[in-house]
Amino acid sequence: MQPPRTIVEKIWDAHAVADDAPAPTLLYVDLHLVHEVTSPQAFAGLRARGLRVRRPDLTIATTDHSTPTTPRSLPILDPVAATQVEQLEANCREFGIPCYGFQSDRQGIVHVIGPEQGLTLPGMTVVCGDSHTSTHGAFGALAFGIGTSQVEHVLATQCLLQRKSKAFEVRVDGQLRPGVSAKDIILAIIARIGIGGGTGCVFEYAGSAIRALSMEERMTVCNMSIEGGARAGLIAPDDTTYQYLCGRPFAPRGADWDAAVERWSRLPTDDGMVYDRRMTLDASELEPMITFGNNPGMGIPVTGTVPDPAQVADALERETLAKALRYMDLEPGKPLLGHPVNVVFIGSCTNSRISDLRSAARVLQGRRVSPDLRVLVVPGSQQIKRQAEAEGLDRIFKDAGADWREAGCSMCIAMNGDQLAPGEYSVSTSNRNFEGRQGKGGRTFLASPLTAAASAITGVVTDVRSLL
Amino acid sequence: MSRFPAFESRLVPLAIDNIDTDQIIPARFLKTISKTGLGDQLFYDWRYDAAGNPKPEFILNQPRARGVQVLLAGDNFGCGSSREHAPWALVEYGFRAVISTSFADIFTQNALKNSLVPVVAPPEAHAALLEAVTRDETATVRIDVARQTLTMPDGAAVGFPIDTFARHCLLEGVDELGYILQHAEAIAAYEGRRPGPVNTLGG
Repeated sequence: MQPPRTIVEKIWDAHAVADDAPAPTLLYVDLHLVHEVTSPQAFAGLRARGLRVRRPDLTIATTDHSTPTTPRSLPILDPVAATQVEQLEANCREFGIPCYGFQSDRQGIVHVIGPEQGLTLPGMTVVCGDSHTSTHGAFGALAFGIGTSQVEHVLATQCLLQRKSKAFEVRVDGQLRPGVSAKDIILAIIARIGIGGGTGCVFEYAGSAIRALSMEERMTVCNMSIEGGARAGLIAPDDTTYQYLCGRPFAPRGADWDAAVERWSRLPTDDGMVYDRRMTLDASELEPMITFGNNPGMGIPVTGTVPDPAQVADALERETLAKALRYMDLEPGKPLLGHPVNVVFIGSCTNSRISDLRSAARVLQGRRVSPDLRVLVVPGSQQIKRQAEAEGLDRIFKDAGADWREAGCSMCIAMNGDQLAPGEYSVSTSNRNFEGRQGKGGRTFLASPLTAAASAITGVVTDVRSLL
Repeated sequence: MSRFPAFESRLVPLAIDNIDTDQIIPARFLKTISKTGLGDQLFYDWRYDAAGNPKPEFILNQPRARGVQVLLAGDNFGCGSSREHAPWALVEYGFRAVISTSFADIFTQNALKNSLVPVVAPPEAHAALLEAVTRDETATVRIDVARQTLTMPDGAAVGFPIDTFARHCLLEGVDELGYILQHAEAIAAYEGRRPGPVNTLGG
């Protein structure tokens, strides 16, 4: 009898093309997502060697990072960004890769459009030159970010040299309380294990609280696996997964669908599996979370207080925390609740899907955002934008005084002109609060769409539960 | 003859944990379509003020950093984004190795593909190095990938792990893509057994 295997091992075994020790496993890639920032040097590499793209039919490109979120009728004002977007479209034409370009009605954040189009399926290997590729793990796919050298390898050969990671089970049981969301689950996990806590591992999320999440919520959790140091994080597929996928443009149909579901149902980790590492979290004890510092592991319950470096034993850790508080201009021991905010950003591959927009709209409906506050609502894709408009969510945002924009990464990475001014504070639904991440000198509090919307109304860091 | 011989260098200490790739190379410099020119933008927001003038207190702007090939950083170096621009910037600046107690997974892979050695030092050795370089800024280490040793300023040698295949590629100058391309037959055989699960051209 075969020893028990994890879902990751099953996917791995099904994708191993060659195993020539001491070389790493040559792993086949089922879906390669490409965007404008991490691909131009890879295409240049192909050109220099006279190579073609091996499987354009397993590759898809879109433009998101450098892409303005101003109306599409306007040109890209930044000439460097414009060149990069044009270069992606030109590379895709030259190498025969389908591209949802700047003017496409399927354009969007690469990790939003894969699932939305039904391209991301259970049991797949998915890669992209972007660390948030872990998002696609929500479907029970092994999905991880790669560098540009590896983008070139996959374009040329559809394969990667990879070593197996350790298996880390993250079990979340219990029922979330009102006002607490998937974002708070993942922020709490990262706050517990730290930003490097999952290095060398793949997270497998399990437990009743994870099973109760919708696909979009699961994507939020898996998205930030990398913020816990894990290159990938995944959730075994179940009926929630199949219901989401059924009927999507690229998902299998008819008899193919039935056969696929039958195959997928064998993916979950076998009973009796012993993980390399484990952690458990009780969802019923969670509060809305918010970060105070300069990495996503520096998170506290929204009602909590800023930690004191003096309480930290390790000298380097102490200095790292002290440096973060200097950058954020926060005092140890003080609460974050009530801290003034200049900008609220609702968007990013973490929280820009229709359910995120609906939950922000629920809070903003019939209310006005605080005067002098800038609020950006950036849908993850053109399709989400249209759906939100069909539901009237755009009216709720605009009536509240928020700015309703075109799809892209926007202020999550601040490459496209959407950014904080030096010294400004944001409450942001994105995934990183690194120094300068949202603009040089900008200061980021990461939180859920609910917390972001609540803070937009008051103009200060707010516990959404006081408004529900 | 090794393509990556052992070398000696002084150290630039950056004693901060979790230095992320947004610090190593801020995202706004990622709009380039080239690999070159990033060395000048390395640690840009720590290195330069709002007017673009070097901040004298930042270590890379001090005479001691000139010609130094080894960065000594805090734990979990290179976390965050997968941008290979981070090792491109470090290498173009002149670094050939980074010493830390741990590195983020994607950074490790990206670094090794650019002949930048991520040296994982045991915590005691790391602390000793920080102390040595604080005491004497001319303290020198030797990094030997063939022997997998980090020789401390006092002459003691400490072993460090490195992926067997990555080490082989460094020492022999193996081109990884060339190596994968040699497996074309195995790849074609795999594709014969297992057609792709989606067809992106069929939308």
